[in-house]
Amino acid sequence: MELISQHAKRIMEGCKERARQAGLRFGDETLEYIVTNRDLVALGPKVMIPTLYDYWVQDVEVLRDQGRYELYPSNPYETVINTRPPISYYNDNNPDWLNVMIFYHVIGHIDLFQNNLFFRHTWDYDFAGRALADKRLFARLRSEKGRWLDYVIEFARTIDNLVGYFDLLAESGETGGERSLSLLDYYFDVFLQRGTKPGVSLYAGEIERYNRMCREFPEDGELRFLKSVTEKHRELETLYAKKLREKKQVGRTDPLQFLMAHSPFLNREENRWMLMVLEVIRSTSLYFQPQIRTKILNEGWASYWHDTLFLGDDRIKGHEVDYAIVNAKVTSMPRVGLNPYALGMRLFQYLEQRADRGRTGLAYFQTRDRQERRSFDRATGQGRDFIFHLRENYCDSMFVNQFIDQDFVDQHRLFVVGKRLNKERMTWQYYVRSRKAADYKQMVADSLYHPPRVEVRVDGNNVLVLDHQFEGKPLLRDLISGVMLGLEYLWGGEVHLYTRVPIPVKSNREGDDQAREEMPKRTIQWKRFRYSMKDRTLSRTLAE
Amino acid sequence: MHRLRQLYRRLEARGLTEEQRRVIEFELALAEQSGNPEFIHQFGQAPAARSFYSYADPELFAQGLPSPVLSLVAAQSLDHLLQRDLQREQDGFPRKIRIGKLVKPGRDGDDKVVVIPTTVEEKLIHDRVPEDEEGEDGEGQDPGEGGAGEGEEGEVIGEQPVREEQGGGSGTGQGQGGSHELESTVYDLGRVLTEQFALPNLRDKGKKRSLTRFAYDLTDKNRGFGQILDKKATLRRVLQTNIALGRVQAGVPVDTGNLMVSPDDRVYRILSREKDYESQAVVFFVRDYSGSMAGKPTELVVNQHVLIYAWLSYQYQNQVETRFILHDTEAREVENFQAYYQMQVAGGTQVASAYRLVNRIVAEEELARDYSIYIFHGTDGDDWDTYGEETLPELEKMLVYASRVGITVAENGLEGSRRSEVEKYLSKSGLLEAKKELLRMDVMSKDSTEARVIEGIKRLIS
Repeated sequence: MELISQHAKRIMEGCKERARQAGLRFGDETLEYIVTNRDLVALGPKVMIPTLYDYWVQDVEVLRDQGRYELYPSNPYETVINTRPPISYYNDNNPDWLNVMIFYHVIGHIDLFQNNLFFRHTWDYDFAGRALADKRLFARLRSEKGRWLDYVIEFARTIDNLVGYFDLLAESGETGGERSLSLLDYYFDVFLQRGTKPGVSLYAGEIERYNRMCREFPEDGELRFLKSVTEKHRELETLYAKKLREKKQVGRTDPLQFLMAHSPFLNREENRWMLMVLEVIRSTSLYFQPQIRTKILNEGWASYWHDTLFLGDDRIKGHEVDYAIVNAKVTSMPRVGLNPYALGMRLFQYLEQRADRGRTGLAYFQTRDRQERRSFDRATGQGRDFIFHLRENYCDSMFVNQFIDQDFVDQHRLFVVGKRLNKERMTWQYYVRSRKAADYKQMVADSLYHPPRVEVRVDGNNVLVLDHQFEGKPLLRDLISGVMLGLEYLWGGEVHLYTRVPIPVKSNREGDDQAREEMPKRTIQWKRFRYSMKDRTLSRTLAE
Repeated sequence: MHRLRQLYRRLEARGLTEEQRRVIEFELALAEQSGNPEFIHQFGQAPAARSFYSYADPELFAQGLPSPVLSLVAAQSLDHLLQRDLQREQDGFPRKIRIGKLVKPGRDGDDKVVVIPTTVEEKLIHDRVPEDEEGEDGEGQDPGEGGAGEGEEGEVIGEQPVREEQGGGSGTGQGQGGSHELESTVYDLGRVLTEQFALPNLRDKGKKRSLTRFAYDLTDKNRGFGQILDKKATLRRVLQTNIALGRVQAGVPVDTGNLMVSPDDRVYRILSREKDYESQAVVFFVRDYSGSMAGKPTELVVNQHVLIYAWLSYQYQNQVETRFILHDTEAREVENFQAYYQMQVAGGTQVASAYRLVNRIVAEEELARDYSIYIFHGTDGDDWDTYGEETLPELEKMLVYASRVGITVAENGLEGSRRSEVEKYLSKSGLLEAKKELLRMDVMSKDSTEARVIEGIKRLIS
């Protein structure tokens, strides 16, 4: 790995200057390296971070079957890594015009890394430096503990996709001190709303009563109100105290954090080194979380900018055709498939145009007339500002769910592809299943990264309980045993996992033969099961 | 098709059980659906939906650079990794490294099987909601894929055969370097299997015939010293030397007494170690590729055969010749492992046809004289020849010359838990006991794991 030549670096600096003029914001320093394929092979398993800790799985080909991108979300072959300064990788012998294009693309990524709020927790430190420290820590531990370090890494990594990334975001977003749940909050937000049918009139009445008391007794209206309430509902205060306790204990859904705080095994004196390992795994995973959640946004943003800036760059006159060929490869919509570069770039361009005409506001959406809508143009010129706002505040799921609409789908002739078996010809047929924006949006949203949500608590018998929050999908069964084994080790005792499993139900075989032929479809029923791992053996029982 | 029907009628005349009829009719229906059973189909890879997370900068911007994705980091040797895996077992954790076989699709169907250690990191992740096994229902839960361009709703925009033809016999264009890569990795796999999975070692068993034999023969020539002087070659050298020195000239009679003899001119024959090719082995891999084999049974059988092939390659120091035979109602020999691995046909099943072909090849090429012969047969156990009337005589013929016949029955689960025909008539015949040293059978269920497959190999070859 060596730095790019001075000549190429000069080009890069020129690109930065032009990008800044266009409104992109990023730090002054960047590092560009030339990498060979051999370097890439070594960097790939380390997700392009040269200083990442060593772990034997990096030396083994990782199975690429189903769930690959669920399992390994951080794309190992990214060009830019989000460090301070950002590091980007290039092939040797790229022609200058291609470098200009890639530089703009890279600058787009850097701008998003450094301004998008989902990356907020990565702004305060240099990950490359931190990773190096972690790597040295692991090297020292490996020399002391030998293979047991690798076991702990392995077991910690089994749950590193469940880290509480959104908790972290919420925390760093909170301003000022923590506002805890007061008795009043509890009364209105929880107590009054329990039961199956909370009465709206009762609720409104209580609010009215509270407001009236506050008006009548400006000094101690709230106290009086609370007094009247606690007198009426004797159980309120006990319930409130219980709720507070519960909250403190359970709180987060981050199993790694939970283990670090509560595992009796890890907190034994001789095992305290494992806590360090868990923390490294956890922080590394947290670092990669925003990347996977902004794939469309990130690639779309970078493609938008290389497209915009390259064609305006005077240094590459005469290479427009070369550029067009490479650009078409990067940003064309495939006939079948979903290219995040193409989709993201088109969305940004589409939204910029709309915002330029003022089509993002209430006035536009209240316009019912189709003809009027088509010619709606307030000439606000707010397009750029609008997409800069998106790059700062959005992630993939927000971007996709909010902005894919019928106009966009029609404009780019998008559709959802279905696949069916043609029994006569014995072929798989691909067909246009739907051109509706809602279906397209659903399809994109379904393919977004989404780890399962698991809540952790401790049972009465000191059993660690994982509760998988059911979202219409089962857990991949083959992998459960390995995870539970690791958790049992880290917890030092029995572990349970509750999850729903689809049980196929044979369709009713009544009626004549013809009906049977027409109804081969099986239905499934969801049943809640409990997996328990005890003494390294897994068992499954029906819960409920 | 017509012939299959005829065969069916003939069998029916002899009397069939209800289950038999059902199996045969199922296979006939499959054959009809895919048209002419002579027309060979092969597995097509399932149309792989490309996740949009797999798009990455280097690939898109790079111009013609090979993707490094398939490379493997060799920071630690395979032995080291396997050592570690063994240690895991001693520490009370299950093993994690699996021996994977990666089929690298190449152009012209000359796919390569590369053997690599693989692993998977366990995590809790979402699975798909199971659909109908056939997957025929397009309107189901499957979210579909993105697409762009022309076409009305409902319009078909592309088609892919469920089973694809991929040029079965084009072995000629294959480069030497390519096939070498395959051989060397298969050999490695064999070593790994032998050492790590404790597969038996043929030589250690003290078989009568040593499998790699060396003959010491006076075949190599050496100048200066040696055991026996090669007079003719020495004279030739002496003459050359003298011509060079100008002592022998054209047209002038040669005075042999005057010739100079330098020590270097003396050519001797010396003893040298020669590989004795008589100790080679030839392995017949025989596979049922009828309709009922589709899917899991085929995969199991082929996987097991890869592993057996690897093990034999190691045992015989790569001196293994392989023959690949596929059969439905008729048998055919295919050229290479790739074709063997991939071909799939929807026809009926007659085991006897394959055995007959093996016997014929052995007789015609007189293989029995020079080779140890191994025959491994993979089937789902269906045979239209219910009582083995045709199969058993062929099998007995085979047992005369074969060093080992291993039959793998991978159940297809079509007819529930009943024992398959092959299983039945084999045990009835008593051959399994009488010729225990030569004939082995292993029955696997449809959902056997890799470990079970290796266990099966032990049973077949021990």
